[in-house]
Amino acid sequence: MKRNQLVGWSIGWALTLALAAGAQAQLQLNGAGATFPYPIYSKWFDAYTRVDPSVRFNYQSIGSGGGIKQITEQTVDFGASDGPMSEEQMAAAPGHLMHFPTVMGAVVMTYNVAGVQTGLKLTPEAIAGIFLGDVTKWNDPQITAANPGVALPNQDIIVVHRSDGSGTSYIFTDYLSKVSKTWKSRVGAGTSVSWPAGLGGKGNEGVTGLVKQTPNSIGYVELIYALSNELPYADVKNQGGSFVKPTLESVTAAAAGYADKMPEDFRIVITNAPGAEAYPISGMTWLLVYEKQKDAGKGKKLVEFLKWMLSDGQKLAADLHYAPLPDAVVAKERQVLQRVTTTDGQPLAK
Amino acid sequence: MANVGTESVQLNSATSNVSWSPIHRQVNLGDWLFRGLTALFAGCVIALLVGIFAILTWESTDAIRRFGIGFLTSTKWDPVFKEFGALAFIYGTLLSSALALLQAVPLSIGTAVFLSEIAPGWLRAPVSFLVELLATIPSVIYGLWGIFVLVPWMRSYIGPALSSTLGFLPFFQGPNYGVSVLTASIILAIMTVPYITSVTHEVLRAVPPMQREAALALGATKWEMIRLAVLPFGRTGIIGAIMLGLGRAIGETMAVTMVIGNRADISASFFAPGSTMASVIANEFNEATYDLYVQVLVEVGLVLLLVTVVVNILARVLVWSVRTGPTGAARA
Repeated sequence: MKRNQLVGWSIGWALTLALAAGAQAQLQLNGAGATFPYPIYSKWFDAYTRVDPSVRFNYQSIGSGGGIKQITEQTVDFGASDGPMSEEQMAAAPGHLMHFPTVMGAVVMTYNVAGVQTGLKLTPEAIAGIFLGDVTKWNDPQITAANPGVALPNQDIIVVHRSDGSGTSYIFTDYLSKVSKTWKSRVGAGTSVSWPAGLGGKGNEGVTGLVKQTPNSIGYVELIYALSNELPYADVKNQGGSFVKPTLESVTAAAAGYADKMPEDFRIVITNAPGAEAYPISGMTWLLVYEKQKDAGKGKKLVEFLKWMLSDGQKLAADLHYAPLPDAVVAKERQVLQRVTTTDGQPLAK
Repeated sequence: MANVGTESVQLNSATSNVSWSPIHRQVNLGDWLFRGLTALFAGCVIALLVGIFAILTWESTDAIRRFGIGFLTSTKWDPVFKEFGALAFIYGTLLSSALALLQAVPLSIGTAVFLSEIAPGWLRAPVSFLVELLATIPSVIYGLWGIFVLVPWMRSYIGPALSSTLGFLPFFQGPNYGVSVLTASIILAIMTVPYITSVTHEVLRAVPPMQREAALALGATKWEMIRLAVLPFGRTGIIGAIMLGLGRAIGETMAVTMVIGNRADISASFFAPGSTMASVIANEFNEATYDLYVQVLVEVGLVLLLVTVVVNILARVLVWSVRTGPTGAARA
């Protein structure tokens, strides 16, 4: 190695070390999990660096399953999931994991039937029947009865579902399990299920693509995908008996409907919510945080971020078509946030 | 997979027959190092394969214990009730790959023969360049093309044409959604064509000109020359090329997932949606929320590896039997 090369090397190393030392001064919080809230999380993490420049977030949207796994193995500082953890999963974690709801979204029924505009009215029985493969024609009385005056063709219904495991499927199948006993016993709820009928598309965009180009098809996607692709979507009959259009307001109403039943650990799926305004296929997404934080410095920053998320963060949600949490839930979360402590019981929230 | 093709090419040119003869007695340090180093590299490759196999087995031990051989014979795949069987995926993988080869092989060999025997010199380079360019397109691009172009074609033209002409066969009956095992096989065929074509082209170029001249001198027409003198000479290499293409088809994930319809089911109809081993892993691994679920997906990976190995061994056996068997009078 020549001399000037050697000098170059040493300078390079010195610079690298200096940079690494600089990065040390800035705290990095690592997180992993759900894909559904990824757009809003990146926006939050970016906006939060202006609130507290000493914190950097690194979030990997590897899916809820991966998020739960990584927070259980403590390879990340926080996890994220579109479905609440099961008792089994909670027991596998080395400490008590708390669930903090962040935003909400709607799963909408989108369809492609010639001449039928947005706002087709679907009852829970019709949706369950279609996805079970029992309701096979568009002019089945289960559908026509709720849609007087809409010309529904005598055509086979082509069912489209997600092929990949997803929180969207979890919300949808959880809803179907609540409204249909047959669905509950035959299929059940999960991020992936054994679908009795239909085609699988990969991702929201895969389902959107299939529905868009397959005549007489019906599928379920997150609201934003139906809006941005200008696909029609259905009003769904809720528990209160009214047909509700999926909007940010009706999703927030669904969480509000559950507010008084909201458990202390927030592990509740808000599908089929009570309340006249509530859109029934709504879901929340959670951040997973250990109650006892090993690293007091990181724990403190994390709690501060969660507080910000509950106040200013919520205002950013609607721009990205996520429904903000209702006030009752935010208030409850603020309370529960007080319980996050260091390992020796020092509270982290001021 | 890759070495099946290239090795057969070398065998055909019959120049790599170097044996370790005792001529170089005095051991030179450089030689010794070189030999050790190359042996180490070769060993690494083997260790890698063994390591992958061992880890896949280790990571799926519980699933293997729980489901046993039933994993290979059941089509039930239910993550909610925790019942898993991979038969539908094995079937989907083998069927889509086989259908792909049925389409790709004649096309590729035809192209290769055209390039090496018939095309005028000025056309050869651009055509073979374009064919090889197909191999560089990322599979997700094929998938997107599949969704937006091929799937609508299948639904509106190709599917109806097939069911009106060949509809008496069970393979072309049932509803045609556009996404299907057949659609996936067409995408796979397009993806494997460049591999089979370029290897076959190289194989045919390695056929000594004397073979052709001898055939022509005996009064053979061009077609007879190709059929009797060129193709039999390159047979082992062509089989190697096909196996290379098959390897590509079996393992392809993204493009297939996008057009196959993802249904864990076995159906006689090629119009029915299906699912492959690679696609189910890609689809479900991210959100596999409990241990057993991850384990069965790893086991699917293990089965995929074993299927690939078995197919490779079959290909080897095929190549050997072709090479040792009667190869025709035209063989030099």
